[in-house]
Amino acid sequence: MSRMNMVQALNSALDVKLAGDPDVLVFGEDVGFFGGVFRVTEGLQQRHGEGRVFDAPIAEAGQVAVAIGMGAYGLRPVVECQFADYIYPAFDQIVSEAARLRYRSGGEFNAPITIRAPYGGGIFGGQTHSQSPEGLFSHVCGLKTVIPSNPYDAKGLLISAIEDDDPVLFFEPKRLYAGPFDGHHERPAVSWDGHSKGDVPTGRYAIPLGEAAIAREGGDLTILAYGTMVHVALAAAEETGIDAEVIDLRTIVPLDIAAIEASVRKTGRCLVVHEATRTGGFGAELSALVQERCFHWLEAPILRVTGWDTPYPREFEWEYFPGPQRVGAAIRRVMAE
Amino acid sequence: MDGEGTLRLHIPGARFRPGDRPDFSYLRLPPAGAAPRPPVDAPAIATRDLAFGLVRTLDDDGVAVGEWNPGLGADELVRGLRTMALVRAFDERMFRAQRQGKTPFYMKCTGEEAVATAQTYALRPDDMCFATYRQQAILVARGTPLDEMMGQIYANALDPTKGRQLPVMYTAKSRGYFSQSGNLATQFPQAVGWAMASAYRRDTRIASGWIGDGASAEGDFHQALVFASVHRAPVVLNLVNNQWAISSAQSVAGGEESTFASRAIGYGIPGVRVDGNDYLAVFAASRWAAERARSNHGPTLIEHFTYRAAPHSTSDDPARYRAGDEWERWPLGDPIARLKLHLVRAGAWDDGRHSAMLRAVEADVAEADARAQALGVHGDGPHHDPLTMFDDVYKDMPWNLREQRDELAALPGRAT
Ligand SMILES: Cc1ncc(C[n+]2csc(CCOP(=O)(O)OP(=O)(O)O)c2C)c(N)n1
Ligand SMILES: [Mg+2]
Repeated sequence: MSRMNMVQALNSALDVKLAGDPDVLVFGEDVGFFGGVFRVTEGLQQRHGEGRVFDAPIAEAGQVAVAIGMGAYGLRPVVECQFADYIYPAFDQIVSEAARLRYRSGGEFNAPITIRAPYGGGIFGGQTHSQSPEGLFSHVCGLKTVIPSNPYDAKGLLISAIEDDDPVLFFEPKRLYAGPFDGHHERPAVSWDGHSKGDVPTGRYAIPLGEAAIAREGGDLTILAYGTMVHVALAAAEETGIDAEVIDLRTIVPLDIAAIEASVRKTGRCLVVHEATRTGGFGAELSALVQERCFHWLEAPILRVTGWDTPYPREFEWEYFPGPQRVGAAIRRVMAE
Repeated sequence: MDGEGTLRLHIPGARFRPGDRPDFSYLRLPPAGAAPRPPVDAPAIATRDLAFGLVRTLDDDGVAVGEWNPGLGADELVRGLRTMALVRAFDERMFRAQRQGKTPFYMKCTGEEAVATAQTYALRPDDMCFATYRQQAILVARGTPLDEMMGQIYANALDPTKGRQLPVMYTAKSRGYFSQSGNLATQFPQAVGWAMASAYRRDTRIASGWIGDGASAEGDFHQALVFASVHRAPVVLNLVNNQWAISSAQSVAGGEESTFASRAIGYGIPGVRVDGNDYLAVFAASRWAAERARSNHGPTLIEHFTYRAAPHSTSDDPARYRAGDEWERWPLGDPIARLKLHLVRAGAWDDGRHSAMLRAVEADVAEADARAQALGVHGDGPHHDPLTMFDDVYKDMPWNLREQRDELAALPGRAT
């Protein structure tokens, strides 16, 4: 065990996989000598060599395309997309190619690639350094989408993603890199030091894709969340004093439907929270699933708290970010029914 | 040695890293004045050598030599010198403002001021520029009030992006400056589209597009060249090779195998490689390309060979990845110092006037900053009303946005 923040935990996952599997290689913008703009690949080139950890040309479509080609050969490339906001040039390669390679080749070829991308807001990055595009990818069959909420999960999930034989999008909430963030931006930043999920094994361990975690047990209502919003939901539960159960989905595709059903059938109420924009977001899918499968247990309509349907505005970050006030208000509304 | 049949992957890197002693003698720079200047209607194939050489006019003594000397008058040169100094002073001030927490972010163009300044003066004021974050000199050269630019950086009431955009992502339609995007390279083919539209309407204005060495790896770069070539679009396509893309050397974008300018050749477009720290050379190359575009001889790709003296941005620490004194050793010098030397040599300038000018631009920047800060800085408004964030998503606001705006308005203290 070692104390790690999320950056160190991710670095450790990559380090473990590079050391253990000669077919793993890591590339992306500035990930080589420099170690990445968020330092996730720090020291990896020095430890594992230039041939295995290297800088890629600034061409996200090209990065994903060559990863697919490498995967077809039999390697397990891990691509760092510098910000999730810059994944769109690679959209066609991800959606039309990586996602469907197994299907269109009748299982002859697959794309065992992992695309990591820092994601979400909270750093005054404006509309091109803050987005949460998971909904664009969860809509595409053939892709898996992972969004960790703490260092321990981040490492175990990244190892599973790399070992997975299908393409995985791995979105890293950058506001959680240094510490848990519950949306109270006016308070001093908290580090992962002293947080139970900041205790991370130094060796290999895997957290299976498709298993949710119960971040907080409760009996009154279920909050479905992932990434930064897990911490916001936890804060809102404490602040409202309502006995909420917070489910950290961890992976949205594959989805742990059993955990969702069990919780909602227990509590009879459900709130869905994500930072991404609302319309057509993954929250809509969650809400539909819960309605279809738990209708008879529900005592109140399912509500969503999400980012507004606008680009992420730089100066109005905290008016945009779905924080504990909004989540708390929604909890009270669900409880009032 | 690997045996025959065993393949090997080439991994490009930087020549020098922290602790190394940079030595740029490998560059083998052609002497000033060596490059011939073809007529503006020359067929692309006749300009081929320009893509591999380096257009230079200022020799080591500051004397302008050769066919590319644009023969600018002293007044025009002093204007260029002053604009570059103003941009540098502006950058210094805004960089400090970030350190003081008045803006979350800033990007300087130190060492590259000649590129955008000289090109802007070589264009007409109503030609349309599709700039990246490192061509603030376009706005300054076109006389944009500095407090307006600072307003964007501070996201205050003067900010035309209404607090929405990252600092330095300017928009200035009335100054022929297209709304910047944080996504690299996307604007480069858009410049071609604007130029095509200008030709479609039988207008006389041309476009200028900008991209970095690093970003030129994006598909957008090639799409720009293919459309520009196919339609002979009246556009000047600028690639600023400042040697670095954050921590990645230009070799990572393919600059090791050939010059960036030479990419134009395959598209049948002239590629001109120019000493980007030589104000006269940048002006001359830009004028040549602009005249060519305006007389329906089509696009030009200009590679501005320069050096990013500044950190990538305020979030960056180049000491982690490049040798500390690289810029001091950069053989093509500092564009401001070189133009100054030229003017002094020509008897049109002296140290006294230069220091007075530096003091004057600093005072201009300080005064503009005082005016701008009076209208608010990052985190300490007045800003635009946060409820305006729901405007401009569409021309007409749909029901969902109206509801969301009302929801925000009703939150106590607008706290989410
Ligand atoms: C599509 C996209 N990918 C990645 C980035 C992140 N990024 C911002 S600037 C930069 C380096 C660009 O280098 P270059 O094009 O050489 O321009 P310079 O900064 O040197 O002026 C990178 C990778 C981005 N903004 N957009
Ligand atoms: Mg560059």
